[in-house]
Amino acid sequence: MSRRHLLLGGAAAVGAAALPDTPLAAATVDAAGALGQSKEQCWGPHQAGVATRSQAFATYLGFAIRSGVARADLVRLMKIWTDDIERMTQGTAVLADPVPELADVPARLTVTVGVGPGLFRTPGLSHKEQPSWLRPLPPFSIDALQAHWSGGDLVVQIAADDPVAVSHARQVLVGDAKAFAEVTWTQTGFRRAAGTTAEGATGRNLMGFIDGTVNPTPGTDDFDQVVWINDGPSWLQGGTGMVLRRIRMNLDTWSGIDRASREQIMGRRLSDGSPLTGSLETDAPDLDATTDGGLLTIPEFAHVRVAHARNAAERIYRRPYNYDDGVTGGQPDTGLLFTAFAADIDRQFVPIQRRLDRHDLLNLWTTPIGSSVVAILPGFEPGDWLGRRLLT
Amino acid sequence: MRRRGTVLAAAGLLGLAGLTGCSSASSPAASPNPSQGCPVTVADGWVKTADKGMTAAFGTLSNSSSEAVTITAASSPASSSMELHEVVDDNGQMVMQPVPGGFTVPASGSLTMEPGGYHLMLMDVSAPIEAGQDVTFTLTCADGASTEFTAQAKDYTGGEETYKNDGMDSMAPSPSMS
Ligand code: HEM
Repeated sequence: MSRRHLLLGGAAAVGAAALPDTPLAAATVDAAGALGQSKEQCWGPHQAGVATRSQAFATYLGFAIRSGVARADLVRLMKIWTDDIERMTQGTAVLADPVPELADVPARLTVTVGVGPGLFRTPGLSHKEQPSWLRPLPPFSIDALQAHWSGGDLVVQIAADDPVAVSHARQVLVGDAKAFAEVTWTQTGFRRAAGTTAEGATGRNLMGFIDGTVNPTPGTDDFDQVVWINDGPSWLQGGTGMVLRRIRMNLDTWSGIDRASREQIMGRRLSDGSPLTGSLETDAPDLDATTDGGLLTIPEFAHVRVAHARNAAERIYRRPYNYDDGVTGGQPDTGLLFTAFAADIDRQFVPIQRRLDRHDLLNLWTTPIGSSVVAILPGFEPGDWLGRRLLT
Repeated sequence: MRRRGTVLAAAGLLGLAGLTGCSSASSPAASPNPSQGCPVTVADGWVKTADKGMTAAFGTLSNSSSEAVTITAASSPASSSMELHEVVDDNGQMVMQPVPGGFTVPASGSLTMEPGGYHLMLMDVSAPIEAGQDVTFTLTCADGASTEFTAQAKDYTGGEETYKNDGMDSMAPSPSMS
């Protein structure tokens, strides 16, 4: 038996001491299945799944409310979903689950529920105050939006470190919503599988870039300010805004671009994500630095330059997932489920997207094909239910 | 036969057959001290949605006392008549029937009401029980004390199966049970 095989098969049982030259990381091989038993708290002032360290797998669902459904019906839906979420995230089967065993491995499952502008057409809700940004994004020249990837009266993000947990939660939540809403789109995304890279390491997107470096840090005042809403309509205080953009990557044409050009297009290195003006991933890009020849080191068209906040208001929290839906008509159906959270989408997100629309060279290989803007409801405490302040 | 299909089938069948004659006979077993009330609590209560007619409620009964407790009757504003039922294997056929004497919850123990097993049968649902609605139930102990619980109504999307029994051949579950 090879050393390597031994490590993968039974490192935890054998123990690091028995293998003195074992790399340290081997000691963390999860022989006991602890990853699967990890749970994320579902209660609190904010819903889980936003500040939560990104899980490996996510499914996003867009729902259309069925005609005839009124406010009181949505109350019942939210009570069921709340109960489902409380149980599944804590590793317990939902009521009436014929296969309770499917809930045994929560793997940090979170469910995050948002409401789209269409929800307010529901009888009994039209008088509710909405934030001004709760509407589709303005059109951008790069957009090739498809209706079947866009919008949603309700949008739900389900995420976990195990895809079975995500799928089961999807089945339960869609089944329990059947009387009230129908699914109009489903988008599944992934990051590195849990345990394959150091916890909290920035992931890579499918163009090869380390993606997610410059981002507010959950748990800091900065993050709270960028993300959580604490004014405006009371039903949304403790919530946030979410933009979900399905951005297709043309990986076939991208594969013809050499590494040096790719790094110029991003402004960062492929190897370790460091800016072209620094040596560590965490080094701040120096947007003023020039080369010996007097050119900008991070070019005019580089993504990080164009995306970089021009003022304190333009901050967002990015929580992206890759998607890969195979090859269709010879073309890879691959890209980014670009997910951004911000307290005010118009103020914080739109200016960045506007600039990228005009100046980002990355646009030559990326195309937004879906877009949704929703208000993520505030969290709930035990005994309470999701969306109570909106629906009562 | 899958348990879930069994109950759907059986419940629907009984609805069609209108077995209103079966009532929950009570032959009290060990009783707790009445002055202490009913020491049974119900967790994870849920009830199957229904437009009208019959449906069933489930949950886990826990007995906090050191003596066995028997539940002899159930009631709910959602149904004018209720029975305590079980599903039993009768020569390979799953048959739903009232439990003679009621549900006995062991001392410091529990009894699970679930599809394919013990359940509370709502015999006459008059107003629709809709998904997400809270339905209250009252269980009566043998000594007359009672305990209340709330059950969440859930759509139960199990497969439908036909069910055969003496004199009931080829009867399908009623649509309201699907
Ligand atoms: C397929 C599309 C996209 C890809 C592949 C992509 C990739 C990246 C990468 C690799 C970085 C550098 C590392 C980092 O800081 O995370 C970055 C930074 C960033 N991106 Fe994107 N991105 C995409 C779309 C977008 C969109 C649509 C927006 C917002 C409208 C956006 C906003 C940002 C921001 C704000 C930064 C940080 C800039 C800074 O201050 O340094 N990105 N992106």
